[in-house]
Amino acid sequence: MARSLAILGTFARACLVRDMTFRANFLLECLTSLGWMSMNLAFYLLVFTFTPEIGKGTGWTREPFFAFVATGLIVNSIVQALFMPSAEELTELVRTGGLDAVLVKPLDAQFLLSMHRVDFSALANGIVGIVLLGWAVSRFETPPPPLAWAVYPLVLLCGVAILYALVIMLAAATIHMGRNQSLYDFWFYLTNVSRYPAEIYAGPWGGPLRAACTFVVPILLVVNVPARVLARPLEGEAWWPVFGSVVAAAAALVASRVVFQRSLARYRSASS
Amino acid sequence: MSGTGAGRSGGASAALRAWGTMLAIAIEERLVYRGDFALGTLMRFLPIVTQVFLWTAVFSATSRGDLAGYSRDDIVAYYLLTMVSRAFSSMPGLATGIARSIRDGSIKKFLVQPVDYIAFLLATRVAHKLVYYAVAIVPFAAVFFLCRGFFPPPPNAAGMAAFLVSLLLSFLLGFFMEATLGMLGFWFMEVSSVVFGYMLVQYLLSGHMFPIDMLAEIPTGIPGTSLADLVAWLPFQFTAYGPAAIWLGNIHGAGLARMLLVEAAWVVVMIVACRLAWARGTRRYSAFGG
Repeated sequence: MARSLAILGTFARACLVRDMTFRANFLLECLTSLGWMSMNLAFYLLVFTFTPEIGKGTGWTREPFFAFVATGLIVNSIVQALFMPSAEELTELVRTGGLDAVLVKPLDAQFLLSMHRVDFSALANGIVGIVLLGWAVSRFETPPPPLAWAVYPLVLLCGVAILYALVIMLAAATIHMGRNQSLYDFWFYLTNVSRYPAEIYAGPWGGPLRAACTFVVPILLVVNVPARVLARPLEGEAWWPVFGSVVAAAAALVASRVVFQRSLARYRSASS
Repeated sequence: MSGTGAGRSGGASAALRAWGTMLAIAIEERLVYRGDFALGTLMRFLPIVTQVFLWTAVFSATSRGDLAGYSRDDIVAYYLLTMVSRAFSSMPGLATGIARSIRDGSIKKFLVQPVDYIAFLLATRVAHKLVYYAVAIVPFAAVFFLCRGFFPPPPNAAGMAAFLVSLLLSFLLGFFMEATLGMLGFWFMEVSSVVFGYMLVQYLLSGHMFPIDMLAEIPTGIPGTSLADLVAWLPFQFTAYGPAAIWLGNIHGAGLARMLLVEAAWVVVMIVACRLAWARGTRRYSAFGG
């Protein structure tokens, strides 16, 4: 574990040196990332000029909803910074045969392939997310109790773990398909579902979608559970989603490990 | 004189044949990854699903019957129609592809071959769109059939003609805007951040994210001018909002004629800008590599 952390630190240092070599580009990447996020916030502000809450009686009024959005920003920035750049490279490694060189290294292939690149510019959104969360929570009618703040990082990490597992499973599909641009698009669209409170998925179509995205692909637990821990009283039945998130994260990590190992077993080198 | 005329006619026919060949090659290239292509087409409907649920939730929580003149059904129809607009105007990878060709030197073959680079790109993009429509017609038809209850009655013949014209113009506008952006590669080594910035503005001001009419209440500081009024003069709205609003009957009469004229004017401006960027850029371009 200590060795893995040391190697991860070396990867991160190398990526930071690379980013700092092209400082202007790094700054531009941060700005464009912040621009995208600001545009989404502007859209939500516009929505709240038409309605007091998202969904009748759901309790997702402006400040709780922005706490929800902030949580989404934090989770997604961690995933974008730590895992996505490496997963995106896997397609090229499989196609060109570069994966061979990775497999002969004395390191766990999944660890190496999913964490060797760190995109520090993606953390800009996470920092804004933390500021936004502070702003939103300070305007809550009832501030979250210390217990909620203690549970929040745990369920946040569970959300990150669920997304990591999903990214790894989609990346593993590259080994079978050779090219999987659509699957990465699919990841983007799937995470799009997690950006809104689960209550909006109601009715004859929304109900099954909500159930599928909670129990089959637990994408709705990623942001909803941590945001609820802060926005709603953490008592009685409110603990069930917390336990559910922990179980779903553990199951997702195990599933991703199995899928990745099985995919690697089917890998046939493309190099000469 | 007649010889010159025949020469011109022969030249035009040769150019047309060359363009046809480029189109055929591009279509074959696009069909290589048809499975990935079909899957990608289906995926593009997924964001609409979340938008529909979001706006349904918004309507359920407000006492207003409509938002900026849009009922809940109108909003759903609007988002679906912007998918059609975007199917014409979006040009994925065009600007970055041009910039990459400039950066890695592969563009130099177009400087020595008797092929017009912009015409080649246009043929490739037409091919991409033709293949896309051939593949996408099935999911589009299925989704529109399932959602037919959200749509108002279709426009009359004039409205339909205006809708089709606006779609064709949106294709040309999208193409020449992105191509011009890509040609910035002659001046800057890396344009990806500029392209991303453009995408941001485009996404926000094209009506892809929400109907432009929702900006009508937002003041600009200019007396009597809302943000929606300002956005109406920019080229972005023609790539998503325009065709959708025409189909929904939100724009008609003199307003419709003015919109199409402004759109056509922007197409001309962007064609000139693209040609100018190509002429100036190739003059300062220095190739390297084998």
